[in-house]
Formats: sequence, structure tokens, C-alpha cells
Amino acid sequence: MQKPGFSGNIEALMATSSGRALLVVENLFVEREGKDILQGVDLSVEEGEIHAILGANGTGKSTLAYAIMGLSGYKPKAGRIIFSGEDITEKSVTERAKLGITLAWQQPASFEGLTVREYLEISRRAGRGCPSIEECLALVGLQPKSYLERTLNDRLSGGERKRVELAAVLAMRPRLAILDEPDSGIDVLSLDDIMEVIRRMNREGTTVLLITHREEFARAAHRASHLCGGRILKTGECEEVVRFYKNFCKGCTHVNEPEYERLEAKSDA
Amino acid sequence: MLRTGERDYAREFEALAKTLEKTGGDPTALRNPRVASLVVHGNRVLGLNSLPGLEMEVEPIPEGIRARVVVKPGVALENPVHLCFGLLPKEGVLRILSTFEIGERAKVSFLAHCSFPNAEKVQHLMEAEIKVGEGATMEYNEAHYHGPFGGVEVLPKAKIWVAKGGKYLTEFKLVQGRVGVLSLDYEVHLGPEALAEMVSKVYGKGNDRVRIWEALHLEGAYSRGLVKSRIVLQDQAEAEFIGEAVGIGPYSRGHIDCTEILRGTRAKAAAVPKLVVVDERAKLTHEAAIGSIDRKELETLMARGLTEEEAVETVVRGLLR
Repeated sequence: MQKPGFSGNIEALMATSSGRALLVVENLFVEREGKDILQGVDLSVEEGEIHAILGANGTGKSTLAYAIMGLSGYKPKAGRIIFSGEDITEKSVTERAKLGITLAWQQPASFEGLTVREYLEISRRAGRGCPSIEECLALVGLQPKSYLERTLNDRLSGGERKRVELAAVLAMRPRLAILDEPDSGIDVLSLDDIMEVIRRMNREGTTVLLITHREEFARAAHRASHLCGGRILKTGECEEVVRFYKNFCKGCTHVNEPEYERLEAKSDA
Repeated sequence: MLRTGERDYAREFEALAKTLEKTGGDPTALRNPRVASLVVHGNRVLGLNSLPGLEMEVEPIPEGIRARVVVKPGVALENPVHLCFGLLPKEGVLRILSTFEIGERAKVSFLAHCSFPNAEKVQHLMEAEIKVGEGATMEYNEAHYHGPFGGVEVLPKAKIWVAKGGKYLTEFKLVQGRVGVLSLDYEVHLGPEALAEMVSKVYGKGNDRVRIWEALHLEGAYSRGLVKSRIVLQDQAEAEFIGEAVGIGPYSRGHIDCTEILRGTRAKAAAVPKLVVVDERAKLTHEAAIGSIDRKELETLMARGLTEEEAVETVVRGLLR
């Protein structure tokens, strides 16, 4: 059985993309607390696409997002991250942000005393900048009049804070937005609205790496990759990847030993 | 520069008004006849403007003043009362002894500004007794402006009684310039259904020493109180926060909340909560966080293009706002 995913070298990764690769992750290994979370991730994200990373809980999706953003504690022990042709593996979070990469956290941080307006202004100054932060807030379903002067503390609900995080990404207009489960903590009725915000972000020139474990969300992307056991097992059209996810990994209990490999081992035997 | 003993009231007034701006105050309020104000330099009253329903009696004492402030029952003052205290020379003592009586159902807010812009060896002693009447609301916000030398000893002491259904809300802020030595000692006694919120924000630098002791005595049924402290320390600055809550009244609720941020490895911080439940129906809680700034907060801002130093400044500014 042929092993899905990429072959593990940068030329091959570039070649798999029909368009121009904005982000290439090559053979990435990340260890956390003595455990290998990412075990050789290969990924190529084309400029201008929404690329979903689909996987069950605990498979390394957030770790991959944090490693691409360069967060402390997520420094790769092997592998490379190439952004727009430049090796950014050793660059700081700030340097990556200045190149046009940002991250929206699954559980965004609270800030005592910092207003929504100030937070969005910081974001707006960082990137290519949206014309109006009020518009960004309205797009994520929050009334600017009611929210701009509120502080980003615990008095905002989890869902409201997530919407502000998306508004901040809209305000920044980055080249690459890594959205870590933007659908979690959002009521079901609003999911379509959130997806529309992501599509708009994409139409305005932001390439999106969309981390999710929700199939319907992944289906809205242009392409998807399936992450299991710290590796990308398959990349391709969304439907195809969703089908693969359902067939091979739904209910997989071996988050660090993919079900796929177990099947592969069985067939080899 | 002015020296103690100079009788140039106008110049002293102007100098204090100028430093008032540095604490976020509005100096034009001191000349506005519709705004009640009291301006004191040392033991000299430079300005006093009262309004109907508000009485302010001030008498000089050695090294300071004694003030009696009365708000008549039912009076709601539209604008905050500005209190501007200061000492411009490098050395000296400023003693403020005050009593506040807020009548039943009255509503008043005070903005106190304390300025010691040139202090090298200055002691500021403040002793207050505050009585908030039934159903009345009193806000007291105090902001300090100290110079860069750290030569100020600030020793505020207040005892507050809040009658049934009354509210007492206070914020003490010392984030401009060097603290020097601060020893704050506030104690509030709450009657039935009364409410108190005491917030302190301090930024210690150099070899500043900070001690904050705030106590809630929840004596009445359904009384509620919050003590909240935000302290940032850098260099060799040290701070100790003691938050005390005593639940005496049935169904009283008290919460102590302290965050102390250390910048660098030489600053030291301690937080000591003391909760005493006398009536089993009372409920007291506390939370304290001491350490460096949360990494996630910093990296969130860095992911928006701020440098680490800019991110630290942004978080600290928000915390001490």
C-alpha cells in the first residue's frame, strides 16, 4: 500500500502544488514534554487558497499551527518552514508577523484594560491594514458601538472573544492567516456566517490555513489535508480528504500511531 | 523652582495644575465655577470652590491641612469634586487629615490628585474617616504623580463605614514616576446590602517598596465587597499585598483579587489573602497571580507585529490603566 502524503523533500512539496506555494512545511518534527507530537509533517499551502487541516482531537493540529507561527515551546527539532520562498524556521513570532503571517488562537488570550478598539488598531497597523476596524467588527457580527470600547477581559464570552480574534485578522489583512478551530465555541446558527467571513478574508487576498475537526467546515476550503498521529496522511480535494478521514481515522484511538499505519502493518503482515 | 515658604500662590497653583495633567486630570476643572475643587500646597489652601449641597471646611495644621467634607442628604453632584494636593519642594511633609460625611441617598465622586514632582525626601501622610450614608454612593479615585527620584513616602490610612444599601468605590493609582515607599492601609465596614470595591494599581521601579493592606468587614446581611490589586514591579522593587475579608453578615460575599507582574529577575512580590468566615452563610473567595506576563498574551500581540518589548508595555499599560 502506498503511503499517502508528500515524499519529504522541498522540491517534491513544491511540485505537488498546481499553484504557487506560499507556505511549505517540510518533514517537521515537534516535541512537547518529551513526546513527539509532529512526526515529519509535510505540507504545501498555495497562495490564495483556503487549506483545511482536518483531524481528530489530539492529533497535533494546534501544535502545527503554533510551530508555523513560531510560538515558544514549539520550536521544531527537525524540519523546515518556508514562507514565500524564505526559510522562517528560526525567525521570531514578530518577524513572522512582519512577513505577513498571523494566528487566531482556538482560545484567545484575555487582556485586562486593553480595549477592542486598541487591539484591532494594533492588528491594522501590522499588516496591509483594513480601511475600517468598525467594518471588521460588524463583519464578524459584533456591533461596533457596543464592542469597540469594551476591554478584552473575561467579561467577553468565549464566542465574542473568538469573533474579535477573527475581526483582528480581518483588520490585519495578513498574507497567511492560521485559524485554529475558528468554529469552536461558536453557536451552530452562526457557523455559516463565520465561514463567510473566512471566505471574505480569502477574497481580500489572505491565504487561509484552517484548522478544524468539523467536516462541514473543511468542505468549505479549496483543499484539505488530513493530520493523524502527527503526520499528514492525505492532501487533496476536500471531499476526498473528508472521505479518507471518515474511512480511516474517525474513531481512531491511536492519536500518535495512526490507524492508517496499523492497517498498513496488518496488510504487510 | 519654588521653595517652601514662598508665597507665590498663583505660581504654586499653576505648577500643581500642570502636574495634575500628568495624572490624566483636567486642570481647567480647577477654575471652573461649576466644578467643586480644593487645591492645597503644603498647609496652604490655594483654591477652594464649593457648591450647594457640598460643604468643605479646611483649616491649616502644621505641615498640612485638616478638612471636613459634607455632602447633604439627597444631593447628587453632577461633576466630580477635584481634590488637588501637592508639595513642590524637594523636601517636606504633607499631612492631610480628613473626614467625609456623605448623607443618605447622596451621590458624589471625588478625583484626588497628589503631586510630588520634585520629591527627594517627602513624606505624605493621609488619614481619613469616611461615612457613607444609607443608600448613598461615594466614588473616590486617587492618582499620584511622583518625580523620578523615588524620595516619597506615601502613607495613606482610611477607615470607611458604609450604611445600609450604600456604595463605596475607590481606586488608588500610583503608576507615574517612582513610588518610593508606599504603605496603604484601608479598612471598610459594610452594613446590610452595602457594597465596596477597592482597587489599587501601582508600578514599582528602582528600589521602591510597596505594602498594600486592604480589609473588608462584611458586617451586614447581603453586603458585598471586592478588593482588587494590580502591581507591576521592575528592577529591585518589592511589594507585599495583604487582602483581608471577614464574612460576618449572613449571605455576605467578598472577593480578593491580586495580580502582581514581575519584570526582570530581581523584583520581589508577595500576596497574602486572609479570609475569615464568621457566619456560615457568608462566602469569601480569593485569587492571586504572581509572575511574569503570560506568554500567550505576549505572543498574541507579537503575532500582530509588536516586538516583545512593545507587547510587554501594552500588557502593562492595560493592567495599570
